[in-house]
Amino acid sequence: MKAALRNPVDFSQFPDANGHFDRYGGRFVAETLMEALHELNEAWRDCRNDPEFLAELDADLAHYVGRPSPLYYAERWSRQLGGARIYLKREDLNHTGAHKINNTVGQALLAKRMGKTRLIAETGAGQHGVASATVAARLGMECVVYMGAEDIQRQALNVYRMRLLGATVQPVTSGSRTLKDALNEALRDWVANVDNTFYMIGTVAGPHPYPLMVREFQAVIGREAREQMLSEYNVLPDALVACVGGGSNAIGLFHPFLNDSEVAIYGVEAAGSGIDTGRHAATLCAGQPGVLHGNRTYLLNDEHGQITETHSVSAGLDYPGVGPEHAWLKDIGRAQYVAITDDEALQGFHDLTRAEGIIPALESSHALAYVTKLAPTMRPDQSIVVNLSGRGDKDIYTVAALEGIQL
Amino acid sequence: MNRITHRFQELRRAGRKVLIPYITAGDPHPELTVPMLHALVAAGADIIELGVPFSDPMADGPVIQKACERALAQGMTPRRVLELVREFRQIDAQTPLVLMGYLNPIERMGHAAFVAAARDAGVDGVLTVDLPPEEAAEPIELMSAAGIAPIFLVAPTSSVERIRRTAQLAQGYLYYVSLKGVTGSAALNVAEVAEKLATIRACTDLPLGVGFGIKDPPTAAAVARIADAVVVGSALVAKMHELADDPERMRREVAAQLAAMRQAMDQAGMPTAFAG
Ligand SMILES: Cc1ncc(COP(=O)(O)O)c(C=O)c1O
Repeated sequence: MKAALRNPVDFSQFPDANGHFDRYGGRFVAETLMEALHELNEAWRDCRNDPEFLAELDADLAHYVGRPSPLYYAERWSRQLGGARIYLKREDLNHTGAHKINNTVGQALLAKRMGKTRLIAETGAGQHGVASATVAARLGMECVVYMGAEDIQRQALNVYRMRLLGATVQPVTSGSRTLKDALNEALRDWVANVDNTFYMIGTVAGPHPYPLMVREFQAVIGREAREQMLSEYNVLPDALVACVGGGSNAIGLFHPFLNDSEVAIYGVEAAGSGIDTGRHAATLCAGQPGVLHGNRTYLLNDEHGQITETHSVSAGLDYPGVGPEHAWLKDIGRAQYVAITDDEALQGFHDLTRAEGIIPALESSHALAYVTKLAPTMRPDQSIVVNLSGRGDKDIYTVAALEGIQL
Repeated sequence: MNRITHRFQELRRAGRKVLIPYITAGDPHPELTVPMLHALVAAGADIIELGVPFSDPMADGPVIQKACERALAQGMTPRRVLELVREFRQIDAQTPLVLMGYLNPIERMGHAAFVAAARDAGVDGVLTVDLPPEEAAEPIELMSAAGIAPIFLVAPTSSVERIRRTAQLAQGYLYYVSLKGVTGSAALNVAEVAEKLATIRACTDLPLGVGFGIKDPPTAAAVARIADAVVVGSALVAKMHELADDPERMRREVAAQLAAMRQAMDQAGMPTAFAG
């Protein structure tokens, strides 16, 4: 953050025309997809300035997703923690229960404009898969969701939701059988069906223009939060906190505040069993720059450049890469990235549930757990906005099992 | 002159087409790789593409994915691949060798260190599947300085403008991906390939190799009639996996498979239009 103050950067100017955030981002895919990415980029460029497209998107966000989402003052929890005032951005109240739908509603409109008839997606926790299957049902499009065989076991509820919605859930048995392998498989499908298929990536990763496009669809979170803070409390928050898997809910909250250099920004990664155990998914905290899934970013990989397996209690954070814009924000010091263990996240899950009557997603619980550390270090006249990226219904089986309870 | 260019010229003069088998280094076992490479040369390989295994081979179908997994499980690393190349070079100083793989293992080693090590080992070309030419300025410069050919893909979806730009940066040969799909996909359409090759030829003088989807001698022969080189990978890798428990038989049968393609290609003759 100090660097940003010394050296003002206009964050709205990034990425460049080829998707670079300084050294990060770009397009690193096999040749067959290069034209498809250019075509997507052109279509997206046309749409983002087209009042008709934007009006249709706004209407869907209002009437289908249920936006704007509330900014809720967690008064009791704030008092318990004894420090800053805590505001929850309630993405858990969106249709389908997470921020993921902001993105799929937008990409689906774009797919329709481009005349594509088939949607494909990858999913880890199943939230993006559900959000994709949901918009596909609404548009009457075929939908195939790639999901690691391992994750299918962990997220049975969301698998069934996708099937109810008419999507085909395709188990991925290659590699580590988790989200990264699902992404590989979706890319392979796209290569083979590039003429009629639209690939909906679920986070701010992948080749350009995905990190930019998904950011813009998710930035509605931060635009609303900024506006809500200013109109309801007449101040900007002192700090923002969000969990980081691929980084879409985080960049969605952060981006509209990046030029407000007085706002401190914290991205919270999954430390799993602890970073020193090697069983974690804290890419920015413990990884190095490399290239995976179409972009240059921080990665978890071994000394030979092989991508390593990750671990987190929350499937949605269990990914060895991260969006390239976060890599850049880390390097220039505009955002700080920290990590929260499985145990701390579970504590955060219970804390919010009991203090406010809101059951959060395990992903979001990582952000909440960091707030329990940050808030007490701040004054009561200061404020934190934390992104409550999803609700916890999908996770109650996991939590119960960890506590030895069979549902 | 780079061994690759030399080999293309040599075969062109002899009126034959270039046959390029692909295998994954370290699959099914690191000790079997160098003997397999020699067997491929004996069976008629003109150039060899040696796969550098990667944990996330996004452009590969199940056959080569599994080969990568097996090789990695045996402890294969980029440096060990280069050791295998060095070992191969102790006996064979003629056959051009092209490494084919993904970018991250190279980035982790560092482009300069990788290129230096590859040159010292005796590598002639490098094809990095997920490195499009527009992101490749630094590696191209380093490879050119080391006498290593940067090899790039051209796809059915590539526009004329892209083909032109790619051809300007590529050396050795252009690798035309014959179909929209991953390695080992279903059969290619020879008429479609011929049409696209004509477009590509109008953009460049580089030799054109065709790969993805070439599984049997008739297809190899058909492609040899329209291209300068035929690349065959998954069909060989699948056979290697099938016979992995019997290395002698594996080498014999994979060599026979390649020899049958060689024979079919040589009998196919070479239309003068492409005689160069
Ligand atoms: C509720 C929730 N939050 C966060 C994430 C992590 O994704 P991202 O970092 O892209 O927001 C997920 C992913 O599935 C999720 O379901």
